Amino acid sequence: MCTVCGCGDSSVEGHSHSHDHGHSHGHHHHHAHSHDIHFGHGPAGVEVPGMSQDRLIEIETDILAKNDRYADANRAVLKDRGMFAINLVSSPGSGKTTLLCKTIEALGDTPLAVIEGDQQTANDAERIRATGAAAVQVNTGKGCHLDGHMVGHAMEHLPMRQGSFLFVENVGNLVCPAGFDLGEDCKVAILSVTEGEDKPLKYPDMFTASRIALLNKVDLAPHCDVDLDLYEENLRRVNPGIEIIRLSARTGEGMADWLGWLRSNLAAKQAEEAAE
Amino acid sequence: MHEMSLCEGIRQVIEDQARAHTIKAVKCVRVEIGRFAGVEKPALEFAFDVVMRGSVAEGARLEMLDLPGRAMCYDCVKEVEIAHRLDPCPDCGGGKLMPVGGDEMRIKDLEVI
Repeated sequence: MCTVCGCGDSSVEGHSHSHDHGHSHGHHHHHAHSHDIHFGHGPAGVEVPGMSQDRLIEIETDILAKNDRYADANRAVLKDRGMFAINLVSSPGSGKTTLLCKTIEALGDTPLAVIEGDQQTANDAERIRATGAAAVQVNTGKGCHLDGHMVGHAMEHLPMRQGSFLFVENVGNLVCPAGFDLGEDCKVAILSVTEGEDKPLKYPDMFTASRIALLNKVDLAPHCDVDLDLYEENLRRVNPGIEIIRLSARTGEGMADWLGWLRSNLAAKQAEEAAE
Repeated sequence: MHEMSLCEGIRQVIEDQARAHTIKAVKCVRVEIGRFAGVEKPALEFAFDVVMRGSVAEGARLEMLDLPGRAMCYDCVKEVEIAHRLDPCPDCGGGKLMPVGGDEMRIKDLEVI
């Protein structure tokens, strides 16, 4: 839908957009808002039968309402299966894919599926599949973010097993993905220590929208004169409630905390689903 | 952010309305934009003119209404109004503020003939 970014050109790997497929998520319109036509609001202030005047149609609809409907449909599918879905967001080059590969390896037999978002290439999905996990690549064309519709498509191509994880690796971009709900349980921001302590202040929206921040590549910290406490301070300045884990996908430092966080959230999601 | 795609969203809503009602032309589209929505107003205005071409809203006026930025102060546990994303709490001067409003991007109404 993003034509500045050309999101209309998006494609799901191994999947043509032109065919007529059945969507399991709702494509129909269900407007929750009033479409009342109000006469008497025109320049004349009165309605005179037979006389035309300007009308005011009250809408009160979010501009991104269409995306939100797709996201809600995705959320319903995920809830039904007791799946815990995270939306991994970061700048390009923060180490998202490496972290994801290491996470998948460490999770062992836990069932999971991966959606990889990039402008071009299926490189990342191939890296994920090399770990043995099911992955679908979504290319956004010139697009700068994944949206609810793309993710809904991709979910149709993945094994959505009961009690599994869904990892969505968004396009590397700290701006646009903040505004697009995909139906995920939460956003996970990855910030590598080489990016500069003030990154959260420069791009506050993404860190505000995230439940947890992973401070990645901490093994490089001694080589690049960074202050890890200042990273945390700045993260909390834009999001006082954010959880933070310092880790290194390369050395494995902090990975146990991250895996523990994932497992406890999956268990909570399943418990919530079972309780209903 | 991505003003062109926002205008695509506006056009979809207008086209839905045009199917539901008899609309000859849309004269004015009123949108409410929060201070923290990250919308560049001149860019939205430019994109609006381009995206509405060929629709019932071609040539329509775009009116943008500002909504204030609101945040919860974690120090004084109060909801406060702030002008900029990184401003301190106007009441206690604290720096732990969580935005709770001001990211709205809403179509309020359409003036049609």
